[in-house]
Amino acid sequence: MAEPILKVRNLQTRFFGTEGIVRAVDGVDFDVFEGRTLGVVGESGCGKSVTARSILRIVDRPGRVVGGEVWLKRAGGGPAVDIAKFTEAQMRDIRGPEIALVFQEPMASFSQHYTIGNQIVEGIRLHMGLDAPAARKRAIELLDMVGVPQPARRVDDYPFQLSGGLRQRVMIAMALACDPRILIADEPTTALDVTTQAQILDLLRSLQAERGLAIILITHDMGVIAEMAHDVSVMYLGRAVESGPVAEMFARPQHPYTRALLRSIPTVMAKPRTRLPTIAGSIPHPFNRPAGCAYNPRCAEIMGEICGQAEPPQVDTPQGHVRCFLHGGAP
Amino acid sequence: MSGAAGEKRGETILEVRDLRKHFPIRRGLLRRVVGQVKAVDGVSFTIRRGETLALVGESGCGKTTVSRCILRALAPSGGAINFTVGGRTADLATMRRRDLRRLRRHMQMVFQDPYSSLNPRMVVGEIIGEPLLINGMTNRAERRKRVTELMELVQLPAAYFNRFPHAFSGGQRQRIGIARALALNPELIVADEPVSALDVSVQAQILNLMLDLQDRLGLTYLFVAHDLSVVKHVSDRVAVMYVGRMVEIGETEALFARPRHPYTEALLSAAPTPVPGAASTRIVLEREIADPANPPPGCAFHPRCRYAIDACRVQTPVLEEIEPGSFVSCLRARELSLRGVAEEA
Repeated sequence: MAEPILKVRNLQTRFFGTEGIVRAVDGVDFDVFEGRTLGVVGESGCGKSVTARSILRIVDRPGRVVGGEVWLKRAGGGPAVDIAKFTEAQMRDIRGPEIALVFQEPMASFSQHYTIGNQIVEGIRLHMGLDAPAARKRAIELLDMVGVPQPARRVDDYPFQLSGGLRQRVMIAMALACDPRILIADEPTTALDVTTQAQILDLLRSLQAERGLAIILITHDMGVIAEMAHDVSVMYLGRAVESGPVAEMFARPQHPYTRALLRSIPTVMAKPRTRLPTIAGSIPHPFNRPAGCAYNPRCAEIMGEICGQAEPPQVDTPQGHVRCFLHGGAP
Repeated sequence: MSGAAGEKRGETILEVRDLRKHFPIRRGLLRRVVGQVKAVDGVSFTIRRGETLALVGESGCGKTTVSRCILRALAPSGGAINFTVGGRTADLATMRRRDLRRLRRHMQMVFQDPYSSLNPRMVVGEIIGEPLLINGMTNRAERRKRVTELMELVQLPAAYFNRFPHAFSGGQRQRIGIARALALNPELIVADEPVSALDVSVQAQILNLMLDLQDRLGLTYLFVAHDLSVVKHVSDRVAVMYVGRMVEIGETEALFARPRHPYTEALLSAAPTPVPGAASTRIVLEREIADPANPPPGCAFHPRCRYAIDACRVQTPVLEEIEPGSFVSCLRARELSLRGVAEEA
């Protein structure tokens, strides 16, 4: 396989709260390839969104990226650079032209006081140095590309005049304004209805096919992962517990958490009124992170004392990587 | 436990007939009414004692408005809601507020968001015991005994009695909400998206709990949801709404295997399945959900329907029973052969 366009190594982000320190992202590794989608999946509090924000270094205070490397192959060619060491000024050239972000809440991520055209044009003029008429023309082209009907008229609409699905299309247009090569989509369809979700996922797939975009898709929905991702990383309490190609992961999940998660998903293919297998307990509060493997109090395949004592290291499997003593790595 | 003498599973407990709820649109200085949002526009269905009827549809289809009319949190603009309890039938749509109070204990609500539906200043025991207190159980010891019973029923440790809700996870909060709903031994539970705010691993626990409670207590559920995979797991029958109208009602298994309305087909097809590669055969609907303030003429779904013919643009279809137990509102229901979802072996 080609060399990854983005390589994340041992990424660590902590939140320094008044009640203590939360290790929101605790040593995450992954590779992202051109024209492929990496799905990052997990439940609330697993650190999937913070991981995305840590890559772009837009974590809100009191959070801070405290360690790790983010190797990016830049558009101009040359060897990969570690953008984790970039200054704030250098990062501004990364956000937008190299890596763009699509947020979950399209209503909350727009300014209500400017037209959508204004908001798209701002990024284009800042990063691409176009004059106002050219930038506006480009904004209309972008709206057309993401399937906004009557783009020349819609460009002067305010966000509140658009439906949820259209707003998400505009958000994607804005993200693509500066021709990024990597798109991070953080729960892009969670706030949408299923038929609208299907439209947006379709759009992302076709944009990827046309432009060779690398997509990091962050979601809690295994159905969306199955549909969109080429590679998957499953997160639990700040760590990637398992990663690998999507077909392998669904056919032969390696980590007990992945196995249990896949079994507990309701599907339209089930027989009516069937009980689902469940995962015991609930996700621990981040201040009460269990010792050892963070999943051990809920694990159905616990091996013994070791699971509560040592953190399992990342072990290579034929499919990918896994962090579980079942697959070795015991001290 | 619940259900007075002579009431059997399978009898009609709730009959909704031609229910309408219109909201006025006001404009200008004088707040003149310039139009109506027909949030619910002539909806009819029945629920049988002991079953789960799922009411599904996308945002703005009117499913929540229907459930709020049934509980009379909203006053319907028209139609009848006949609720049968203790051998007597009463029309909730026209009943006076004072008379409603007697009936309210027989129908209770489970809310979507377990974070905003519990009073943060009350401990768990008080939250669950409040309906008992309001309905006259003033003896503290007696109330405590009943609350402990209820906590056991929803699998909450009795030791949590004196804790505040903020100390609990979403799943445990939803258990508290369910225990509160069960306090007065209701017959009918209206659950509006009870698991959509929960994480997947917790969702399954709550769904299983609801199924178990139904088996033990003979409860009847109206389960309002947008997620068809959740609906498949809990419901006996499914009712599908689109822009204020009912488009299809059928037995769960039959409706999923062979939908009769093109909108149901598209909804089923859009539901993500955890099977890599399954999405390639998806039907992607074009355009957006119609505006209930200004629905298209004829069948409201026709601008998005791939089977629409000229007649669909002018003629409004009515809900018809085209096979025993299968009701559809589509001019072409009898001739179309639509694609459903295969069931797991």
